[in-house]
Amino acid sequence: MLDAGKTDEALLEVNNIEVIYNHVILVLKGVSLKVPKGGITALLGGNGAGKTTTLKAISNLLKSERGEVTKGTIRYRGERVQDLLPSDLVKMGVVQVMEGRHCFEHLTIEENLLTGAYTRGIGRAELDADLEMVYDYFPRLKERRRSQAGYTSGGEQQMCAIGRALMARPETILLDEPSMGLAPQLVEQIFEIVKSLNEKEGYTFLLAEQNTNVALRFAHHGYILESGRVVMDGPAAALRENPDVKEFYLGVSDEGRKSFRDVRSYRRRKRWLS
Amino acid sequence: MPDQLIFAMEVFLNGLMAGVLYALVALGFVLIFKASGIFNFAQGVLALFAALTLVGIMDGQVPFSHLINAVFGTDIHHFGWHVPALAAILLTMVVMVALAWAVNHFIFRHLVGQEPIILFMATIGLAYFLEGFGDIMWGADIKKLDVGLPQGINTVIDEVTYGIFGYGFFIDNLDLWATFVAALLVIALVIFAQYSKHGRAMRAVADDHQAALSVGVSLNFIWVMVWSLAGFVALVAGIMWGTKSGVQFSLSLIALKALPVLMLGGFTSIPGAIVGGLIIGVGEKLFEFAIGPMVGGATENWFAYVLALLFLVFRPQGLFGEKIIERV
Repeated sequence: MLDAGKTDEALLEVNNIEVIYNHVILVLKGVSLKVPKGGITALLGGNGAGKTTTLKAISNLLKSERGEVTKGTIRYRGERVQDLLPSDLVKMGVVQVMEGRHCFEHLTIEENLLTGAYTRGIGRAELDADLEMVYDYFPRLKERRRSQAGYTSGGEQQMCAIGRALMARPETILLDEPSMGLAPQLVEQIFEIVKSLNEKEGYTFLLAEQNTNVALRFAHHGYILESGRVVMDGPAAALRENPDVKEFYLGVSDEGRKSFRDVRSYRRRKRWLS
Repeated sequence: MPDQLIFAMEVFLNGLMAGVLYALVALGFVLIFKASGIFNFAQGVLALFAALTLVGIMDGQVPFSHLINAVFGTDIHHFGWHVPALAAILLTMVVMVALAWAVNHFIFRHLVGQEPIILFMATIGLAYFLEGFGDIMWGADIKKLDVGLPQGINTVIDEVTYGIFGYGFFIDNLDLWATFVAALLVIALVIFAQYSKHGRAMRAVADDHQAALSVGVSLNFIWVMVWSLAGFVALVAGIMWGTKSGVQFSLSLIALKALPVLMLGGFTSIPGAIVGGLIIGVGEKLFEFAIGPMVGGATENWFAYVLALLFLVFRPQGLFGEKIIERV
C-alpha cells in the first residue's frame, strides 16, 4: 500500500504560505508541504486548523472568499501557480472537490458530471466514454443519472462531486473532507474508491480530513495542522504509531481510552514538554 | 353569437399580443437572475439603450455629437449615410456585447460574493448611468424606429373573422410579428440553456458560484455571455416597443410591467416569463373589459400588481419557479 507514494518527485510544493482573510484575519501562519506524484497525502487536524484554507489556497478559490496568499509560494510541477485563475489550474490538472459536496442542485447527476468536463474541448463520443468510466467507479450514480442532484442522498452527492472532478481528467485531486456527514460504512466505501482510483488510474490525492483514523489507513503520507501551522508530518504508518497522534487524534493511549476531559491539543502538550 | 362574447374574444387576442411584449422584457430579467442571482433593475434601460443605439446607427447619427459640438464649437450631427436595418441590428448587437463586457469588468467582477441587495443596488446605479449615457450619446429627443416590420391591421384575420362572426377583429401585424419572434427566442434560449455546454455552465453558475469555479468554469466569461444575451433580448424588446410607440425615455419604464410578470411566472423560468406575460396581458385586458366599466376604468394600471401580490401570498416561487431545495 505504501509503495505507490514512495517516489520523491514532488508534484505539488507548498512553501511556507501565509493566508489572510479580509486583510485582517490570519489563518495560515506558514504552512509547507509536498505532495508526491501518485501518492495519497492526508492533511489532518481539527476544526479551524486551516485544512480547507490550505486546499483553497492551492486551487486558487480563496479570492472569491476575500482571502489572499500573502507570503510563500505554491508550485505545481515546479511552476508558480498562485496568480493563476482556478480555471487555469483545472487545465493544468488540479481539481478541487469542495467540502460539503457543492453539487449543482438543480442540474441532474449526469449534467453535473458533464459540467466537470467544461474546460476540455472534447466531442460527445469522448464525453460518453468518460461518463462510463465514472459510472464504472460509481454504479450508484448511473442509477440516479436523471435525478436532480439536490434530491439525492449525501453519499450520492459526494460520489457526484468526486465523479465531476474526474470528468476534468485531472492529475491531482484536492479532496476536502470526503467523510463529512456520512455513515461510517459509506466513508469506508468512498475511501476504498479513492484508493483504487489512486492505484489503478494513478491519480494523485491531497485530502483534508478530520477523521484521522480512516485517513491514516488509506494515505501514504500525513501532515497534521494545528492553528494554521504544520505541527507534525511523516509517513502514515509512522504517524499511526506515534504516541502523541494516538493520544490526541486517534483517542487511544497506553492507558486505554481517556476521558474527553483530559484531552488537550497536541501543541499545548509539546510546549509543556519542550 | 352575442356581441359581448365576440368583443371578449377580440380583447382576449389583443391581451395575448400585449402579453408577448411584456414577456419579452421579463425574459431579460430571468436570464440574468438565473445565472447570477442579480435582479437586474437596468433591464428596461438596457432595452431603451439598445433601441437608441439601433436608431442612431440606422440614421447615421454621430455619437456624442452634442458633447463634441459643445466642446469644440463644431456643428456635426450626421455622417450622412443610412445603414440598412439588418446591418444596424448586427452592429447594435456588437455594442451590446461590448456593454456587457464593460458592465462585468467595471462593476460585477468586483462584487463577487457580495450580498444580493448590494448587487441589486449596483444595477440601480447602472440603470441611471445608462439612461444618462444613452442621452449624451444619441440625444434625448423622441425618435421614430422603423426596421421594416409590417404595422397596422392584419387584413387576413380581419376578413376571416368578418366572414365567421360578421365582425372583423383588429389585430396589429406588429403584434403578430412580436409573437413569432418571442416564440423563436424562447425556443432558442431553452435549447441553449438545457443542451449546450455553455448553457449548462450557466445553470451551474446559478446554482453554486464556488463549485462552478472549482471545476474550471470561468465566471467572467459566463457573466459576459449572460449580459450579452440579456442585451440581445433587450434589443428585441426595444425594437418591438420602439416600433410601436417610438424610442423615448418611457421605454425604460416597461421594466415595471415586467415585475408582476416575473412574480407570476417565477424568476428562474424562461417559459414562465412567457406564460406569466400572457396571463398578465390577457388578464388585464379582460378585467378592464369586464370589470373596468363598473369601477370607472383604468384597471390596467393596477391589475397586474394585485395579481402578483396574490401570487406572492400563495405561491411565492411563481408558477414555474424552481422550488428551493433544502435537505435536512
